[in-house]
Amino acid sequence: MKWGMVIDLQKCTGCGECAAACKLENNVAIVDSGESEMGRTMLWMDMLTIYEGEYPRLRVRQIPRPCMHCDHPPCTKVCPVRATYLNDEGIVAQIYPQCIGCRYCMAACPYTVKSFNWYKPEFPPGMARATNPDVSVRPVGVVEKCTFCIHRLQVAKEQAKFEARDLREGDFQPACADSCPTGAIVFGDLENRDHQVNRLAHSPRAEKLLEDLGTEPKVIYLKEVD
Amino acid sequence: MEHASARPHPDAALLNPIENPGKMYYYIVVGLLVIILYTGFVYVRQLWYGLGVTGMAQPVTWGFYIINFVFFIGISHAGTLISAILRLSKAEWRRPITRMAEVITAIVLAIGGLHPIIDLGRPDRISHLFFNGRLQSPLLWDVASITAYFTASTIYLYIPLIPDIAILRDRGVKPRWLYEFLAWGWQGTERQHKVLDRAMNILMVMVIPIAVSVHTIISYIFAMTVQPGWHSTIFGPYFVVGAIFSGIAAILVLMIVFRKVFHLEGYLKHIHFNYLSILLLIMSLIWFYFTFSEYLTGFYGHEPNEMRVFWYKFAGDFAPYFWAMIVCNFALPVALLCNSKTRTIPGILIASISVIIGMWMERLIIVVPSLANPRLPYPTGIYIPSHTEWMLFLGGISVFILGYMIFARFFPVISIWEIEEGRHESAKIVTERITSYMPDPEPSTAGE
Repeated sequence: MKWGMVIDLQKCTGCGECAAACKLENNVAIVDSGESEMGRTMLWMDMLTIYEGEYPRLRVRQIPRPCMHCDHPPCTKVCPVRATYLNDEGIVAQIYPQCIGCRYCMAACPYTVKSFNWYKPEFPPGMARATNPDVSVRPVGVVEKCTFCIHRLQVAKEQAKFEARDLREGDFQPACADSCPTGAIVFGDLENRDHQVNRLAHSPRAEKLLEDLGTEPKVIYLKEVD
Repeated sequence: MEHASARPHPDAALLNPIENPGKMYYYIVVGLLVIILYTGFVYVRQLWYGLGVTGMAQPVTWGFYIINFVFFIGISHAGTLISAILRLSKAEWRRPITRMAEVITAIVLAIGGLHPIIDLGRPDRISHLFFNGRLQSPLLWDVASITAYFTASTIYLYIPLIPDIAILRDRGVKPRWLYEFLAWGWQGTERQHKVLDRAMNILMVMVIPIAVSVHTIISYIFAMTVQPGWHSTIFGPYFVVGAIFSGIAAILVLMIVFRKVFHLEGYLKHIHFNYLSILLLIMSLIWFYFTFSEYLTGFYGHEPNEMRVFWYKFAGDFAPYFWAMIVCNFALPVALLCNSKTRTIPGILIASISVIIGMWMERLIIVVPSLANPRLPYPTGIYIPSHTEWMLFLGGISVFILGYMIFARFFPVISIWEIEEGRHESAKIVTERITSYMPDPEPSTAGE
């Protein structure tokens, strides 16, 4: 089993719904505007602004960017305490209570996907009571990032076990895939031939970010064709 | 100190700072303590609120703390390494220099070694390094090599200090219990001297590879990632060269300060400065050679991400620092030290201070630009260190000065027994050695 994600840029409108859904699902701290301007915005799913071509044929577009969940992750290699590791199902997981906050993984990640809790996470009044109970709020001083909503996987596995069956496609969907209004984000098992992601990952339009680094990301983008 | 002044010592100038420290000493100590206390307060504030009080953010997630870590550990390479090389190569002029150099190492290493801990988001979880440590991580290699270096260099500082402590004990300098305890029953017997020599020889040989490994491994922290500007094979030797370079500059500054303050003109003569500054000049040229190779290969490879970091340093936001570094580390010291007219004490002082500043900037230029230019198109700002980071930098320097002052208050900064030994034996040993180099007289001419 190897969880992976396909993002179809033909379908993606750049609305940013995935980023918002992710932020709420995972209790990602909301930093104030001053902090945000310093570059301390915390987004597990970020929207990358891509400029294509040159004026007057310039095209600006926003593409979603989760953690790539590399098969050869540069971040786990350097972690001194195994607070980040590649689990058996291909998810690059984080162990928050073990993280010492050295930020070596952040420096080593070529996609710059990790966020750090510079202060104790805070939520606007009212929101603190509305956090997702399935996801722990991280303490100050640790690194965090997209986990492919691993807590949802645990729930899905329990449910499947309860119903005495195997995990079906669609049982486990991260918040971003769930919320995408155009169905541009498809999630599933890359090694399972029945899953849609397996077929899409072999599409001629498929490409990976910074593929030449050999990190083997499990997030695959489908190029736009005009 | 009535007891002490009763017997004039041939090296009274070296004992003077210990026996009569003077008022000025205490004023400076109090001044430094104030700075250190305030730094402590600033650090506690950082512990309380989190690393948010620094200027670090995304993507520049490493700032002053890591820069200063590399810088301080670099300075530490002056001491033990240089002293071991000079002792091993039997350079007779080493005698007044080795102790001063070794003290730099011990103090600076302790300060530098603390920096990664200051940089941690969760210093309370430091024990995870021992219980859950991953030996595959270069950070763990660092913990190991810095610990080894610190242990070896403090022992290497202490062992040759024993006969001097015994001199102080015999002169009845207070606090007596301290000297009596630390002198370890040294009586100066032949056997004791033999054991001392043996121990020093073993340590000398051990300390050199450890010292080289320390800065190589610090460079590995950067070189083991795939980030542009860091992922370089020459980083190991490049860092070691830079470390020795900044270290020699630090020794020279300290020697000049001590010579002035303690009136050691009789011990630290022009020839010592001349030799060491020529070593500084050579290191400056080697440093330039490494820098040149590093950037030229990057430039010719022309990998787009590499080039963004390259231009960021050469003509972008970091250009002022980059070119200032070239001037401080290469242009100015080479210009001053090449010419025997400017290779005077003030000239050497200017060159050394310029090298120390330049090497600090080099660390800045290695750490920040690679982080400030992520591969994917993120909005990036410029890293501006906060008041906290500046204070901890200043505090680190203050701890160094204070540590050195405390050492100089209790122990001689120039090895008294080695100077004495030099007076009695050097000339004979050197003559014997030189005679042994000379070709033997030919038997035919000897027969005639």
